[in-house]
Amino acid sequence: MFPVPGGDLAPDEHAEPSRCGSDWTAPFILLMSITLHRNNVFLATLAAGTLPMPIAYDEMHLEGGTVRQHYGAFSQWLQQTPAPRIVQKRKEAELAFHRVGITFAVYGEQSGGERLIPFDIVPRIIPAAEWRTLQAGLRQRVQALNLFLHDVYHGQNIVNAGVVPAELVRNNEQYRPQMAGLDLPGGIYAHIAGIDLVRAGAGEYFVLEDNLRVPSGVSYMLENRRMMMRLFPELFSRQSIAPVEHYPDVLVDNLRSVAPTGVDDPTIAVLTPGAHNSAYFEHAFLAQQMGVELLEGQDLFVRDETVYMRTTRGPQRVHVIYRRLDDDFLDPMTFRPDSALGVPGLFSAVRAGRVTMANAIGTGVADDKTAYTYVPDMIRFYLSEEPILKNVPTWRLREKKDCQYVLEHLAELVVKEIHGAGGYGMLVGPTASKQELEEFRLRIIARPEKYIAQPTLALSTCPTFVESGVAPRHVDLRPYVLSGHDIHIVPGGLTRVALREGSLVVNSSQGGGTKDTWVLEN
Amino acid sequence: MLCRTASELYWMSRHIERAENTARLIDLTQRIALLPERLERGKAGAACWLRALEALGVDEEYLARHDKVDGDDVLRFLTLDPANPSSIYSCLQLARESGRAQRGAITAEMYQDLNASWLEILGLNWEQLISNGVSPFLDWVKTRSASFRGVTVGTMGRDEAYDFLRLGTFVERADCTVRMLDIKYAEAHGEEEREARSAVQYYQWSALLHAISAFETYRKIYKDTIQPVRVAELIILRDDMPRSLAVCCNAIHATLTTLAGGAKVEAIRLSGALAAEVRFARIDAILAQGMHEYLTHFLERTHQLADEIGRQFMWSTDLAAA
Repeated sequence: MFPVPGGDLAPDEHAEPSRCGSDWTAPFILLMSITLHRNNVFLATLAAGTLPMPIAYDEMHLEGGTVRQHYGAFSQWLQQTPAPRIVQKRKEAELAFHRVGITFAVYGEQSGGERLIPFDIVPRIIPAAEWRTLQAGLRQRVQALNLFLHDVYHGQNIVNAGVVPAELVRNNEQYRPQMAGLDLPGGIYAHIAGIDLVRAGAGEYFVLEDNLRVPSGVSYMLENRRMMMRLFPELFSRQSIAPVEHYPDVLVDNLRSVAPTGVDDPTIAVLTPGAHNSAYFEHAFLAQQMGVELLEGQDLFVRDETVYMRTTRGPQRVHVIYRRLDDDFLDPMTFRPDSALGVPGLFSAVRAGRVTMANAIGTGVADDKTAYTYVPDMIRFYLSEEPILKNVPTWRLREKKDCQYVLEHLAELVVKEIHGAGGYGMLVGPTASKQELEEFRLRIIARPEKYIAQPTLALSTCPTFVESGVAPRHVDLRPYVLSGHDIHIVPGGLTRVALREGSLVVNSSQGGGTKDTWVLEN
Repeated sequence: MLCRTASELYWMSRHIERAENTARLIDLTQRIALLPERLERGKAGAACWLRALEALGVDEEYLARHDKVDGDDVLRFLTLDPANPSSIYSCLQLARESGRAQRGAITAEMYQDLNASWLEILGLNWEQLISNGVSPFLDWVKTRSASFRGVTVGTMGRDEAYDFLRLGTFVERADCTVRMLDIKYAEAHGEEEREARSAVQYYQWSALLHAISAFETYRKIYKDTIQPVRVAELIILRDDMPRSLAVCCNAIHATLTTLAGGAKVEAIRLSGALAAEVRFARIDAILAQGMHEYLTHFLERTHQLADEIGRQFMWSTDLAAA
């Protein structure tokens, strides 16, 4: 018998890769199953009582079809460029993505089953002034969220002050009692935050979701920019577009800044669930771009509350771990005992302050659907400022007044289970049948505290190449906010686009694609 | 470098080399099985294929799934059968999976090369393979292996990762060269060992030379007829024959010395002893000892060395306890 590699090298087929990391390929959007009227007009009730809303906000055109000023240079270029050249460039882009292998794994298919995420060549452009506001809003929001997380695991002043109900913390599955009282470097919990924004109505930005656990997608932001510069260098000489390519440098600096105290030259590493995880490409990409090791749990061990990686020259200490693995899987001795992906004893090193996890364990308590509704209050409480970015108006059904309103307007609203995910346990009022509405009504009355409700929104659209030519498609935006000794936001973020007509699903496995996002510099 | 990275790189090149060597071994077996004399005695043809399975150490696995040894069945088992972990198909799959997992440690071209091999064999079925011919398929496997080696040598930085890839190649090659030589020696007995007198013997020895691409080298070096002693000398002891045990053992020892960075480790002692032995051995002495016994012993020692390499650089099971 020929020798074969040790069993410790075999990828763990039994792990639950889809549960490791709040993947951006997972269904994300509260409003995703809203269907359209025949003539492509949304049912929308942003402000209660004003329905239906007009056609969604167009990122590129004013009403009447005039091109918005910040799209002027691009529009001119598009008109001047012969159609066959664009067709050829789009093909070139697809080929290049395939060759480089920027793919995501599709579960259930054999090793050949890796797909490309469609890339659209029409950029999503954000004017400088607009970005300045967004940036200030994002900074403020993430700052408050980090203060909230610190507070949750220390004095819980915000609860004591009656701003946030105690059960938000106490009954939250994502609250990690093990973290209580631990002081983290800089008091930072969410070192990397992905804040999902949408535009609705007349173009107003709303925060749809805060992703504070393991937000992904940033590799696509970087690759999309690289691709646009390669395909259409002339576009970048026509106007001043803020660069994003330095993201890995900013990230590694940020991670260094939160090393355990007393460590001058920390060793940073990325921790991945493994090659079978759908976001593995991104994990490998970021590790390579930062020039740090890409680790699996089996590469690490803990001795004397210190984390070491197994190298060919013996054990080497690791100080900061950028983990792309959910809390549950990190340490079988502290969290899920059946996790084969983690490192036994890892939490003891965290507790001893000998290693920094980014993001910290227990950030999930601040990014669920109830916590979301309190973020504006957090901003007021911790920063004594008014929130710059708005939440999508949300009714908390645990509050009597809200519950009554929602029950009266059930057919107009989207109702979501607080702990539901992926569209389960959700009611989309405008498209639900009478029977569905009645069934849901009973469920709400039985356990109102399990639900929140939101209006349906008309998400903004951006021109996108589709089979029939260029047509408007719905988009969202995920900027990445890095917190360490400082807060840093690389201009723009990842724009996701729902490629199917009328669809609001930007989920990559359901026809979602991505665009390069430009923040103009003047 | 991470132990896991070292291990995956090492196994990546072992699997590529194993795919190539399996192709070479099939080539050899086919040449021997198809000799006119064999056709007259069908049973002997099956014996050749059984010997190939034994040499690769997969005879039990084969027999667990087939009730008799049949040329076509064995061929399929060794080439495209995903259930055989050492089939060419499995080797290319495993190499490509290692490549995907270690994309950061190899160059983009290397990954693309592995990926291209894998996608091509993934799209190939048995009927196509047979209708295109077995030989073109074996040539393709050898070409893919050569391509990967070429891309590696031509694009990769000369670092630790490169050394682990190189180590894998030569450990696997040494292993397989021994197995091929043993097949041929199991065929020939007694007097025949000394000289290829009959036409059949001539064909068998030249088949071995062809299978390891050493026919021309033999002619150049010895300028003589094919003689079993010289073939054995060429394959075991000559340091100018790229697949010889001497070349493999030297390369393994040199690479390990670099990797250990001056540390005196057991793996180096073992590889040094092995390299010294093939360097100073005499073919007469080996033949006096008995070729099969010599090769069996040699194989045991390379396995011992491979285990030690794993312990030293890759498994690290004792690190946590240390």
